[in-house]
Amino acid sequence: MTIHSKGFRHGETKIRIRLANWPLISMSDDELIWRVSGGSGDGIDSTSQNFAKALMRSGLDVFTHRHYPSRIRGGHTYVEIRAAADEVQSRGDGYNFLLALGDSFARNPQEEAYYGNEEIKPLSENLDELREGGVIVYDEGLLSEDDVAELDLEERAEENDWHVYPVDLRGLAKEHGREVMRNTAGVGITAGLLDMQLEHIEDLMSDAMGGDILEANLEILHEAYEMVDEEFETTHDLRVPTGEHDTEQALLSGSNAIAYGAIDGGCRFIAGYPMTPWTDVFTILSQNFPDIGGVSEQVEDEIAAAALAVGASHAGAKAMSGSSGGGFALMSEPLGLAEMTETPLVLVESMRAGPSTGMPTKPEQGDLEFVLYTSQGDSSRVVFAPGTIEEAYEQTRLAFHIAWEYQIPTIIIYDQKLSGENKNVDVEFFDREPEPGLGTTLTEEELKEAAHDNSGKFERFGYEDNEKNVSKRSLPGQKGGRYLATGNEHSPVGHISEDPDNRVYQMTRRIEKLDSIREELDEEHDSNQTYFGDEDAEYGIITWGSSQGAVVEAVERLNDSGHSVKGISVSDMMPFAEAEVTEFLESVDEAMVVEMNATAQFRGLIQKELGRFGDKMTSLLKYNGNPFEPAEIVEGYEVNVAEEDREPSAQVRIEPAAGD
Amino acid sequence: MSAFNAIGEEREIDRDEYTPGVEPQPTWCPGCGDFGVLKSLKQALPEVGKTPEEVLTVTGIGCSGKLNSYLDTYGFHTIHGRSLPVARAAKLANPELEVIAAGGDGDGYGIGGNHFIHTARENHDMTYIVFNNEIFGLTKGQTSPTSPKGHKSKTQPSGSAKSPLRPLSMGLNAGATYVARTAAVNPNQAKEIIKEAIEHDGFAHVDFLTQCPTWNKDARQYVPYVDVQESDDYEFDVNDRAEAAEMMRETEDVLNEGTVLTGRYYVDDESPSYTEEKKAVGEMPDQPVAERYFDEDAEWERSYDLLERHT
Repeated sequence: MTIHSKGFRHGETKIRIRLANWPLISMSDDELIWRVSGGSGDGIDSTSQNFAKALMRSGLDVFTHRHYPSRIRGGHTYVEIRAAADEVQSRGDGYNFLLALGDSFARNPQEEAYYGNEEIKPLSENLDELREGGVIVYDEGLLSEDDVAELDLEERAEENDWHVYPVDLRGLAKEHGREVMRNTAGVGITAGLLDMQLEHIEDLMSDAMGGDILEANLEILHEAYEMVDEEFETTHDLRVPTGEHDTEQALLSGSNAIAYGAIDGGCRFIAGYPMTPWTDVFTILSQNFPDIGGVSEQVEDEIAAAALAVGASHAGAKAMSGSSGGGFALMSEPLGLAEMTETPLVLVESMRAGPSTGMPTKPEQGDLEFVLYTSQGDSSRVVFAPGTIEEAYEQTRLAFHIAWEYQIPTIIIYDQKLSGENKNVDVEFFDREPEPGLGTTLTEEELKEAAHDNSGKFERFGYEDNEKNVSKRSLPGQKGGRYLATGNEHSPVGHISEDPDNRVYQMTRRIEKLDSIREELDEEHDSNQTYFGDEDAEYGIITWGSSQGAVVEAVERLNDSGHSVKGISVSDMMPFAEAEVTEFLESVDEAMVVEMNATAQFRGLIQKELGRFGDKMTSLLKYNGNPFEPAEIVEGYEVNVAEEDREPSAQVRIEPAAGD
Repeated sequence: MSAFNAIGEEREIDRDEYTPGVEPQPTWCPGCGDFGVLKSLKQALPEVGKTPEEVLTVTGIGCSGKLNSYLDTYGFHTIHGRSLPVARAAKLANPELEVIAAGGDGDGYGIGGNHFIHTARENHDMTYIVFNNEIFGLTKGQTSPTSPKGHKSKTQPSGSAKSPLRPLSMGLNAGATYVARTAAVNPNQAKEIIKEAIEHDGFAHVDFLTQCPTWNKDARQYVPYVDVQESDDYEFDVNDRAEAAEMMRETEDVLNEGTVLTGRYYVDDESPSYTEEKKAVGEMPDQPVAERYFDEDAEWERSYDLLERHT
C-alpha cells in the first residue's frame, strides 16, 4: 500500500498528520467505494441516493456516508457509497472511484482567503483518500486545466496507479439543454467504466421524473455510457461487484428508522424546531403524520417543543420531541418536568460536534454526559444509544414501550452519522405488529376500582399497588380520574407536599423505576448490546452508538491477521447494561474504548457505573469531525493495546488507562 | 363511544364541586387579588356548564401558579413561563377538553413571552388568564415586566429604567381573538369576562389586575375602576381592530396615572381556531388523537406499508 502525498497545500488551515504506514489495510478488491463530490446545492445527495438504490437493486449491499458543510450553496461536499456482495457495516477505508462534478457555487479564488480555491476542491480535497489503483472522473467543463495542472495530478496518478478520465460533463449536459444534467452524465460515465447495467438506473429515473425531462436525462445517460466504449482508452481493472439478495431490500437512513420505530410504537404527536441533524426525523414524521392520523407542530423554540410533547402526552397522545445538542439544552426544563410528573415522553437527541454551534454538519459523540444528567435534581430517565439502522428502529419502538409502561422520559441519543447514512435492510424486518397501547394508563372502568381520597380525587401517585414502582395514571376528561400534576414534590393526589416521608417515598419510587426497567430489559427482551469477534478473545474493544460499524470491521480484520480481539457495542446507557459490560470486561485482559469525543465520556460512564476496571481500559478518541474508519481503529489497537512504540498516524488520540 | 365521559356530561353542577377537599383554603395573603380570579372561575364554570373533570387548568409558577391547587379540576402546575405550550398541546391531543391556562405577569409576559406571542398567534381555542399584579410576588417583590417606570425594588434600587410592556396591545398584535382586562376589585365584571373567554372559540387573553397588598398596591389603588363598555366617556367597536388598538393604547397609557380602565377590548368571532385551521389543511384528524388509543376498532398504520419508496 502506498501512502498518498501529504503536506501543506495552499489554502489549507490544518496540518494533515496522516503519516506513512497505514497498518494492516486488507482492502477487498470485491467492493466499490464510489465517491461523488461537488458543491452543496449541486444535487450530489439525490444523485447518490439513486445510484445507491440502483446498486442495491442489482443485488449488492450498500452503505452511504455523507460529508457536507453547513452551507446552502457551494462548499465541498461528497457522498460515498460502498457496495459489495456481503454486508457492509461502515464507510470502509478510503475509496476507489471518484466522480468529481465541480462546485458550481464555489467562491471566487482569493489568494488571502482561508478557503483558497474552492473551484478545484471537488478534485483536490479528495485525492488523499483515494486508494492505489483507483479511478478518477472529473468534469473538465467545470474544473479548469490550469487548476488541475497545479495539483500535479499526472505525477500523483503515476505514483499511485490512478486512472484518470477527464470528461466535459458540463458541455455534454449543455448540449442536451440543461446544465444540471451533468450529474446524470457523470453517472452514465461511471456505469460505463464499471461495466454496470443501466436498467436499475433507468427505472429509478423513471420513478422520479417524467416527460421531456426524463427523455433528456435518459438520452444523456446513454450517450455518456456509450462514450466510454467508443471514445475512452480504459486502463483500470475496477468493475462493479455482483451479488444477490434473498429477500426484498429497502434503503433507509437512521432517521428513517427512528421515525418508523416511532410510528410503529404508536407515536402520533411530534413537536419540534428545526436543527441539523435532528431535522430529518422531524421532517419524516411531519410528512407522514397527516396520512396516519398524527399531529405535527413546528413551534417557537425547543422549550416549547418539549413542553408541547409533555402536554400532549399528559392529555393522552403518544408524543415525542427532539433536537440536536443546542436545542436539547433548552429542553432540560420540560425533561425535568416530565421526570417529576411521571409523564411518558420520548425525546431524540441527534449529536453533532460541539460545544455551542460547534460543527453543525459533522458527527461527534460528545453529548452523552449532557443527555444523561441535564436538568436539576437526580435524574430518572432512560437513554438508549442505537448503533445501526436496525437498532435505531428497534430501540425507538422500545423507547415508546418503556416510556408508557413506566411513565418515564426515554431518550434516543444518536448522531449526524447514523442520522444521514443509508443502508439496505430486509423489507421483512419491518413486518410486525404496531404497539399503540398506552401502557399503565387506566380506563374509566378501571378508575372506578382505583384508590381515591375522601373528596374523590384520584390517587395518581398513591402508596399502594405500585407494581414495578409504577403508579397508574389517568387522563384529563376521564370520569373519576382528576388529580393535580405538578413539578413540585407532591402527595398521592398530586398536591404540593414537603412532608419528608412522602418525599422519600416518591423520590425513591421514581428512581427505582430504573431497577425495574433494567430487570425487564434483562429478562424480557433481546439484549440491546451487540457483540462481535471470538467469544474467547483476550482483548476487548468497547464502543457505543454509530461507531459500531467501523469497530465491527476493525475487529474482523484484527482477527484475520491473527490477533485475539472481540468487541461489544453498548446501547443501554441508562439504566446501564451493568451485567453485560461487567461480564465482557471480566472476560478480557485489556480493553480499548472507542468513541467520537475528546474527553472519553463513555469510558467515564463505565467506570462510574461499575466502579472498577479503570486500569483495564484505554481510550481511542476522535473528534476532528469525521467518523472513524476501520483502519484507524486497527492502528489504534496496535499502538495502544499491543503497545507498539509509535504514535498513531491518523488524527486520533489515545488516552491511557487510569493509573498509567 | 368516548373514553372521556366527563366531557360533555349534562348535569347540575354545584359551585362547591370546584373546591378541593384536600386543600380547600388557599395560602394567598389576606387581601390578595388572586382570590378574585379563583372566585370568578368557580362562578363562571358551572354557569357555562362545565364539570370539574372536563376542564384542564394549566398553570405556571408563582402565587398565581397555585390556582389549580385550589380549583378542583384536572390540573397541571407546570414550570415558570411554560403553561401555554403544555396547555395548547393538551388541546391538540384532545380538542374536546376545556383548557384554561393561567399565570402571573412575570410568567406570561416575561419568561414565557415567546410562548404567549406564538400561542396567541396560532389562535388556540383556550382561555389564558394573566394574574397581573405588576410585581414578582412569590420571590418577594422584585420589579416585573408590567411594573411602572421608576418602580423601586430590591433588584432595581434606583428605580426601573424600563417602561412597562403593554399586555393588551401585545395580545392583539400577536393574534389573540378575544382580549379583555378585568380586575379583582370588580367581581361581577370578572365573572362575565371569564365566561365569555371560556365560550370564545379561539385564544382568549384576559389580563386580570390582581392587587398584591404585600409587595405592591392594595385594592384601593385599583379603585375607582371604569368599565369601558358601561362608561359614556368611551365609545369604540370591539370588533374593529383599529379602534380596539386605540382603546388599548389609551388604557395602557393611563393605568399608572391612576385611571383603571377595564372591559372587553377586542372580539373577533370570525377567525377559525387553530384546530379548525389545521383540520382544513388536512393536518389534524377528526377523531381526537387521545380517543384513538382507546378505540378497539382503530386500525393502526405501520411502517411496513411505507417502505415502497425505499425499495
